[in-house]
Amino acid sequence: MNSTAASPAVDPVPAAAMAEQVLEVAGLNTRFDTPDGEVRAVNDVSFTVARGETVGVVGESGSGKSQVFLSVMGLLASNGNATGRVRFKGQDILGLPAAKLNRLRGSRMSMIFQDPMTSLNPFLTVARQLTEVLVLHKGMGERQALKRSIEMLDLVRIPEAARRIGMYPHEFSGGMRQRVMIAMALLCQPDLLIADEPTTALDVTVQAQILDLMQTLKREFNTSIVLITHDLGVIAGLADRVMVMYAGSVVEEGAVREIFYDPQHPYTVGLLHSMPRLAAGRKERLVSIPGQPPNLQRLPKGCPFRPRCSHAFAPCSETDPALRPTGPGRAKACHLDAMP
Amino acid sequence: MTAVEAVRGAADPLLSVRDLKVHFRMPRRHLLATHRDTLKAVDGVTFDLAPGETLGVVGESGCGKSTLGRAILRLIPTTSGQVLWLGEDLRAAPPARMRQHRRNMQVIFQDPLASLDPRMTVGDIIAEPLRTFHGALSRDEVRQRVGDLMRTVGLMPEMINRYPHEFSGGQCQRIGIARAMILNPKLVICDEPVSALDVSIQSQIINLLMDLQKEFGLSLIFISHDLSVVRHISHRIMVLYMGKLVEMAPSDALYDSPRHPYTQALISAVPLPDPDAERAKARIVLEGDLPSPLHPPSGCIFRTRCPKAAERCAEVVPELQAVAPAHRAACHYWDTPTPVRSTGPE
Repeated sequence: MNSTAASPAVDPVPAAAMAEQVLEVAGLNTRFDTPDGEVRAVNDVSFTVARGETVGVVGESGSGKSQVFLSVMGLLASNGNATGRVRFKGQDILGLPAAKLNRLRGSRMSMIFQDPMTSLNPFLTVARQLTEVLVLHKGMGERQALKRSIEMLDLVRIPEAARRIGMYPHEFSGGMRQRVMIAMALLCQPDLLIADEPTTALDVTVQAQILDLMQTLKREFNTSIVLITHDLGVIAGLADRVMVMYAGSVVEEGAVREIFYDPQHPYTVGLLHSMPRLAAGRKERLVSIPGQPPNLQRLPKGCPFRPRCSHAFAPCSETDPALRPTGPGRAKACHLDAMP
Repeated sequence: MTAVEAVRGAADPLLSVRDLKVHFRMPRRHLLATHRDTLKAVDGVTFDLAPGETLGVVGESGCGKSTLGRAILRLIPTTSGQVLWLGEDLRAAPPARMRQHRRNMQVIFQDPLASLDPRMTVGDIIAEPLRTFHGALSRDEVRQRVGDLMRTVGLMPEMINRYPHEFSGGQCQRIGIARAMILNPKLVICDEPVSALDVSIQSQIINLLMDLQKEFGLSLIFISHDLSVVRHISHRIMVLYMGKLVEMAPSDALYDSPRHPYTQALISAVPLPDPDAERAKARIVLEGDLPSPLHPPSGCIFRTRCPKAAERCAEVVPELQAVAPAHRAACHYWDTPTPVRSTGPE
């Protein structure tokens, strides 16, 4: 699929992975009813995640990157409504009743969030929260579940796991809580792990530890990972493929090296240029994208990025460009044929 | 206006901080306890800031970087040491004198919306320092100055009567910057000013701060956990770890040849937006978390996480020493190599 000359440093997607799609999303639209009118959070988004593949999803606040996966998991807020098609290992799951979804969630597919403190129950010990998953999904006995949970905490490198497991979430540091969340998400060895800004709340040295851990998971368990983030650096190290989102739509998609070294959408180009680089010295100015992301209740006619785009021409104010293939495994939503 | 052309190093320092300590006495653990713990948030920090210079302050949560900024402004009490403003000790300055100095030192905070009063219009927010310090100005003069400044920071003057909630995060940060700039200060302390902003907005604000510095000859103290941002904007950088200055150097020297193992670990931990470089780079991975600041390790405060800690580190506190011109580091073994780990594919 991604046949571009992969450098020795970047693993190409395994050929066998093409056959087995863990997640297939087609024509997903997510709308929220609000007192101020309808918010179009996700607009006609389609993509797949293959077995063992890590897909990076980049975008700024309000780009819809989290809402896509909350829709997939059936975790939308009550005023939200998702339409389209979501298949998980061949089974249609969009709109399934909670009881049926619960058999998949936490077992075959798991999600971890930015703030581990709000995702863990402060009243229950870590042991209780971990074993519960195994008792519920795997039908294990308490003792067996505890043993397995301690193994999992060891795996995510929690020191003195056997002692620590009896503690409450507040007794752990931020980095350790995120490890506990990852351990919990992996207890049932899911086929798909969705990580929504997993390191955003962490210090950079702790972030490096967590990213290291995710690298190990990827290598040893062949878990499919979706990594949602605003930080292009986090994606550069882990992702095989990257999806760039803007105003609820996918604007560009491709293998990780293609996105970073040959971006084809003006927004991707702008994002890459606006990042200060560690390797560069004190420079005069950063190239920045003027203006700000659009209001999803009042999207401009035509391309949503047009008001901020320096390459906009006549068609851009007329029609919203559809995502179209531009090469093997590559697509972009832009009227330009090539970046000038 | 003091449009000083910054000649760094040659001019007298605008600000000199000498052995500054901010210690907090913690409450008794229980009623009859005789011992009270001390949290050393800032512990013996010394540096000079030249006119027109940007000094970056980096470190992780709890390293004391925000406390340092607040202590310089005397927003919180200090325990000992000196803060000299053009040679005058601010810690000894009487309130009236301090008030005069305050117009020259301003601050910008991380959360742009939370630092603006939701019931004041943007015009009133930006004008408030003017009213405080220049009460004699007429309404029209105030309005004129506010309008001019709004244009300078990239806000439309027509929005002068709007309220903060009507603006996006990036625009609110511009309002905060305008409020800090209205008195033509000599020093602005920026405490994580772009951390809450999206990447594309972050670069707009960084550019604005750099433009303002050039135009008005400002000195900036730029506090951030984001090393790439700090590198981009700073002339010199100081690295704090648990309240102590562990390394300080000109920006290029700090990134090209960091000498303290903590600085080396910090730099190697920053994920690079470049897949080949990110996957090929050698990393210094620190084990474990920060030790408790109430019971810091003996000797070198970093030794519990340091990949090259030796016996001496537990016994002797390393002094900040010159490792190159204008480059200081607090490590006994700064001139021996630090073990690295390659994270390339196996």
